[in-house]
Amino acid sequence: MSDLPAEVQGWIGQKRYEQEGEFDVERGYIFTTCSSTENANPIYWEEKAANEITDGFIALPSMISVWFRPHHWAPKREEQVLPLQVHFDLKAIFDLPEAVMSDNTVTFGEPVRPGDRLRTWQTLRSCSGEKKTKLGTGRFWDIDVEYVNQRGEWVGTDSYTGYGYRRD
Amino acid sequence: MAYQILTVDQVKPGSELPELAIDVKPVTIVLGAMAARDWRPQHHDYKFATENNGVRDIFMNTPNLAAWFEKYVTDWTGPYGRLGWIRFRMKDSVFPGETMVFTGVVTGVDTDEAGCAWAEVALTLTTGGRVTTLCTARVALPATEGDNPWQRKGDQWKPQPAQH
Repeated sequence: MSDLPAEVQGWIGQKRYEQEGEFDVERGYIFTTCSSTENANPIYWEEKAANEITDGFIALPSMISVWFRPHHWAPKREEQVLPLQVHFDLKAIFDLPEAVMSDNTVTFGEPVRPGDRLRTWQTLRSCSGEKKTKLGTGRFWDIDVEYVNQRGEWVGTDSYTGYGYRRD
Repeated sequence: MAYQILTVDQVKPGSELPELAIDVKPVTIVLGAMAARDWRPQHHDYKFATENNGVRDIFMNTPNLAAWFEKYVTDWTGPYGRLGWIRFRMKDSVFPGETMVFTGVVTGVDTDEAGCAWAEVALTLTTGGRVTTLCTARVALPATEGDNPWQRKGDQWKPQPAQH
């Protein structure tokens, strides 16, 4: 018998928090990501290589979640908006103040290009009973995040395993 | 200019990727978090990380770790290599003052039903002597010098592995 609250059981398999990115995909973050990882791949730096290999500039596939991380501050916003809201909903409902991500699986579809405006939604796949680890006592959960571009083409799926916990 | 091309016939199970060692500085962590638009304090605020998360310093965030694995794989394949799928398990955190060492080995080579050639690689990130992350990735490679996995669209692009 599951010890999950009915509200959490109701979230499992439900498409939630469908949203459009707050800004267009742009090259500034692509350069900063390449810079942060010392990535010299010419398809991100050289127009000729991008035209020849990827039909123009693209974003690094691994940046897929970047385009949905909300601004830290924005006018008329009373509360800070959080990315991966389902994760924070679970922390809140189980009153687990800390959390870490333990597993991440990403499948990449159509390349994301500067100027694209992506859409996303989140789906809770599972949530465990209470488990004790070296970090504390808490629960594991699996969340899928799907991404499509403005033409409805699938560009990727990000699957996270999170662990929300309270330090013992 | 001709770009580096790693074609699938050049790799086989057991082929090793060149080792990559990177010294991690506070800016490595903070720049990575900012590039990923990850404003959470454990990636830039020492006091928060140590007192709230109970770890010894600020630590690398998940999307930036993925970007490091992508860099490691495509440094090996060259620009025609197209990452299709990646899975990683974080066993411990990456902290400033340590050296990250990436190693990798090809575990499989196959061609899917759409004719796309793939290499599957098992990657290990060791930091400060600890295995901090284990990763599996599938990367599409040109079958020949005229082939380009980036040209694949729709039904011609099947990045999901058969198993896992």
